[in-house]
Amino acid sequence: MITDKPLTGNIKPGGPPCNLKEYEMSGGYLGLRKALAEHDPHKVVDLVNAANLLGRGGAGFPAGKKWSVVPMGNSAPHPKYVVCNFDEMEPGSFKDRFLVEGDPHQLIEGMIIAGYAIEADIGYIFIRKDYIEIDRILKDAIKEAYAKKYLGRDILGSGFNFELHVHSSAGRYICGESSALLNALEGGRAIPRGRPPHMSSVGLWGKPTIVNNVETICNVPHILAHGPEWFKGLSYTNEGGTKIYSMSGRIRKPGAWELPMGTTLRELLDGYAGGMQDGYKFRAAMPGGASSELITAEHLDTKMDFASMRSIKSHLGTGTVIVLDNRNCPVGMILSLQRYFSRESCGWCTPCREGLPWIVQILESLEDGKGTPDGIEILLEHTEMLGTGNTFCTLAPAAMFSLKSALNLFREDFDKHVYMQRCPWK
Amino acid sequence: MCLRMLTVRDMLSQEEKIEIEQHISKAPTMKAAAIDVLKTVQRHRGWVPDDALEEAAVMLSMTPAELDSIATFFSLIYRKPVGKHVILVCDGVCCWLVGYEDIRKRLMDRLGITFGETTNDGKFTLIQSACLGACENAPAMMIDDQLYIKLTPDMVDAVLVGY
Repeated sequence: MITDKPLTGNIKPGGPPCNLKEYEMSGGYLGLRKALAEHDPHKVVDLVNAANLLGRGGAGFPAGKKWSVVPMGNSAPHPKYVVCNFDEMEPGSFKDRFLVEGDPHQLIEGMIIAGYAIEADIGYIFIRKDYIEIDRILKDAIKEAYAKKYLGRDILGSGFNFELHVHSSAGRYICGESSALLNALEGGRAIPRGRPPHMSSVGLWGKPTIVNNVETICNVPHILAHGPEWFKGLSYTNEGGTKIYSMSGRIRKPGAWELPMGTTLRELLDGYAGGMQDGYKFRAAMPGGASSELITAEHLDTKMDFASMRSIKSHLGTGTVIVLDNRNCPVGMILSLQRYFSRESCGWCTPCREGLPWIVQILESLEDGKGTPDGIEILLEHTEMLGTGNTFCTLAPAAMFSLKSALNLFREDFDKHVYMQRCPWK
Repeated sequence: MCLRMLTVRDMLSQEEKIEIEQHISKAPTMKAAAIDVLKTVQRHRGWVPDDALEEAAVMLSMTPAELDSIATFFSLIYRKPVGKHVILVCDGVCCWLVGYEDIRKRLMDRLGITFGETTNDGKFTLIQSACLGACENAPAMMIDDQLYIKLTPDMVDAVLVGY
């Protein structure tokens, strides 16, 4: 069945998850059958490359390119691993939960195809602890898939073997950093790894590994079933496919929607989220969850894809929009975000471990009416000192995106906190 | 290490030991079972006491310090006693934007404790949690395994009565 909403076609919000039979009726596992019967692993990577599927976890790195550097053939080390990053703990992000709670087999099929593409032996789905219900849904679906021989030995008579496991973690945002996630899977502290070596060669237990986001993997079966040209046609831009966009904040209908990649913020806000709630006005939005820069109304008509968001000095990130209204204090919002990043820092590198709490302290002083002009200068300094290249991983630089953009857009509000010696919103 | 093993008290129940052995036998390495083992202890006891951690470490062929370094890293492994029910209140920015402060205040008022504390009767522990991933239904909180969404202060009262 060809559709313009491949990812969510089977999802009945509020209803039970799509079971194996329903999934197969809708064309499920057709992509896997095609991959195994018609293509060798290299061809699968080529198709994903041709589809221009960019990583949906936030970085926007081409999935096919990531897969194409994994050592292949007889001389490659085994076991090789495919790991799905389902840690989804970033404030604003719930798209992966939305996908898997409605259609778990889509993720499972994608994992098997990804496994075939890199000649992997084992797959792990790394899920955050709080997603208890989804953990159960996934495990039930995996049982169904094993019973139907989609998983295990000699899948569908192809000779390809693939085992799939779910690992439920114990709560830490840094697990979403893919190398930290591997350390957590190995049973250690989730601290990011230095690179090189890259995980594609030296990953989980030192073996070649790819780590992809849930939404990225969910797209793979559809690319195999319908081809890269069809996939590219789903998008408004040259970045292939649809995108699960979501929106939260003081809007009328918060939710998640599958729309063509490149849908504008205005379409999302007015068309799908029903506009702002009565009495609230739009002030700014973070287009890509907590790790993205605030943008204002002048960019409402910018296409929401990776390249366009970069061109206005923001990030598409996870495409999970957070809207700031006129009745919430921007300094308070930034404080909430920085508290989060500060607490979730793994503590490994000094700038992040020490810098983020310092930022929180200054923002708290502003909100408590004890701010000083020096404090704002120190904040500005931190946006550089904790910026890209100065820390071990991207947690602190990503935290600086919101702070830097807020200081740039709402400097007056920060200054007001100082000279009024109180939060004007309180 | 051998001496250490001899001093470990028999703290874990038979049931816990069986579950732990199962996790270890299924894991690709012993260490990889660490989180599942800690969760097993916590499911039986509500939290992970020192004695249990030490004994579990021996079963995992780890030093207690190494297992503790993992236990203390992950926020949902409790190394201090918690109440019968743990209330995780989402403090993500989306909950903040739609007025989670009223929810927090109501919880603290009703329970007579602040975040990080347990009620005198040992019934509830209040913890602020990383984003619960319920942003479209904010504000949200979780009590044990149950998620509560679109909260209002009055709903908090109604929910608490059920425990």
